[in-house]
Amino acid sequence: MSQKQNLYGVLAEFPSPAAVYHACEKVRDKGFKHWDAHTPFPVHGLEKAMGLKPSKIPWIVLALGLTGASGGMALQWWINTQAYPLVISGKPFFSWQAFVPVTFELGILLGAFGAVFGMLFINRLPMWYHSLFRSERFEKVTDDKFFISIEACDPKFDATATSKMLSELGATHVELVEQ
Amino acid sequence: MSSNHAKAINPVDLALPQTHWLSKLPVIAIVIGVLALVGALAMALGNHEKVELLQWSFHTSYLYFLSMALGSLFFVLVQFATRAGWSVVVRRFAETYAATLPLFAVLFIPMLFGFHSLFHHWTSEEAKSDPIIQAKSAFLNEQFFTVRGLVYVIIWSVLGVYYYRNSTRQDETGDKSITSKLQKSSYPGIALFALSVSFCAFDWIMSLNPHWYTTMFGVYYFAGCIMVVYALMLLTTLSVRGGTKVSNYISIEHIHDLGKLLFGFNVFWTYIAFSQYFLIWYANIPEETEFYAMRSLGEHGAHWLPWTIALMVGHFVVPFAFLMSRHIKRRPLLVGLGALWMLVIHYVDIHWLIRPNWHSELNHFGLFDVLTLVGIGGLFFGFASLLLKRKSLIPQKDPRLAESLAFENM
Repeated sequence: MSQKQNLYGVLAEFPSPAAVYHACEKVRDKGFKHWDAHTPFPVHGLEKAMGLKPSKIPWIVLALGLTGASGGMALQWWINTQAYPLVISGKPFFSWQAFVPVTFELGILLGAFGAVFGMLFINRLPMWYHSLFRSERFEKVTDDKFFISIEACDPKFDATATSKMLSELGATHVELVEQ
Repeated sequence: MSSNHAKAINPVDLALPQTHWLSKLPVIAIVIGVLALVGALAMALGNHEKVELLQWSFHTSYLYFLSMALGSLFFVLVQFATRAGWSVVVRRFAETYAATLPLFAVLFIPMLFGFHSLFHHWTSEEAKSDPIIQAKSAFLNEQFFTVRGLVYVIIWSVLGVYYYRNSTRQDETGDKSITSKLQKSSYPGIALFALSVSFCAFDWIMSLNPHWYTTMFGVYYFAGCIMVVYALMLLTTLSVRGGTKVSNYISIEHIHDLGKLLFGFNVFWTYIAFSQYFLIWYANIPEETEFYAMRSLGEHGAHWLPWTIALMVGHFVVPFAFLMSRHIKRRPLLVGLGALWMLVIHYVDIHWLIRPNWHSELNHFGLFDVLTLVGIGGLFFGFASLLLKRKSLIPQKDPRLAESLAFENM
């Protein structure tokens, strides 16, 4: 039992994008939830093979973009009509036309913040340590090898059976990785 | 991973089937188009005011459909200039629309007949004593105007036909050197296009009000052209996909991309339109503000204010919100609705640019506008579908076809 608690999961190495792609389809169809694929470069369509849901980033960007734009307009309205009204070029205090550039820029700024920091948050970055770094073979993931890792916390996980399944899916090397 | 395996092309799938409604369109559309134009002329002849109204309606509809053909030409030029891969499967539609530009060279002739009505601000007797117009007379005179107009339509016709001919010849020969030849000619082509479209906008729209000054009118008309072409290509793609096997080659990925470009260039139009308004509003100089004043203030402006508001809401707010989501752009019916909306609102834009310059009781959207829209539109779509039906729907031997077929959005 203590051994299982120390186990992070199982790591399987594949020789090619095609091999890892088809293995992902099988792992997805078997109903695993806590698992991931690791490749040296983006493999087109892998998100479909893995059954990943669409990213939540667009909603974060939309919400923050709208906040930025309405905040920018509200700020200028408050300054120019409430806090410190000044007549500029004989135009009305609330000249929405003049406020559009700042409104636009703040909408973009917060939207961009949402994209960058939302991405970091969703990916749980920055992350200083990851259990897979224990594996020496895993270093090849930045070079020419393709990996699938299945975590021990997955309800369907079983150290022996899952390792066997990955070998059958065409993995050239399967190993258990500790926490 | 299917994306990494090139699909085999079956040439039989790439011809428009005889039973498809677009195959029947040429005859029907051209006949209806001619009837509408002849009918409008017959109704107007003999009545001086109605002839004038017809000239304004014709001018409006002409510049509306011209913007679609010009946008298509620009699309084709840019695809070759950038050596684009994704767009090969939809490029033939743009090539076909650009190849109808000789039609607009012919339809340019009525503008010369309507010359003194349309451009009366700088051709009338009063203009001779107007110092502002006299200062511009080296540029704004009838002879130079006619010569310039002929130069524009010749440049466009030559470019449009040249690209269509060469690209369709590649369907038969598979000669790869055609692609590099068309790429090389696209660079001077883009320069000629930019100059001719800017000056055509100055001549044919801006000079309707020669007292008005703005520095960004050429790009305003261009922004409309390059926006509407994506709406047109989306609707063409969707029409051709239904009932043919072309849907095996033009996938939802290409539709998604056309939708993205439609959204993007609609924002570009907004950016240009607002920039022009913003600078004029800020400086508040009468010879510049006149343009917006006559579309929003006073008795004359009251008539045009609804059009101005319709543009702000309908050309920016509504499509910006509607076309933003990828879920909309990946559903043919919804993105098609968006494209149809943009075609309509683009007409509102062209109408709004041209018609407030004519001070007449008759100046409302009416029967002559409908007849000239049906007339020029009938000829435009009639000739386009005639060309479409005679050649392969996809440039089937383009060297970048495999890349286009395999294209997927991340």
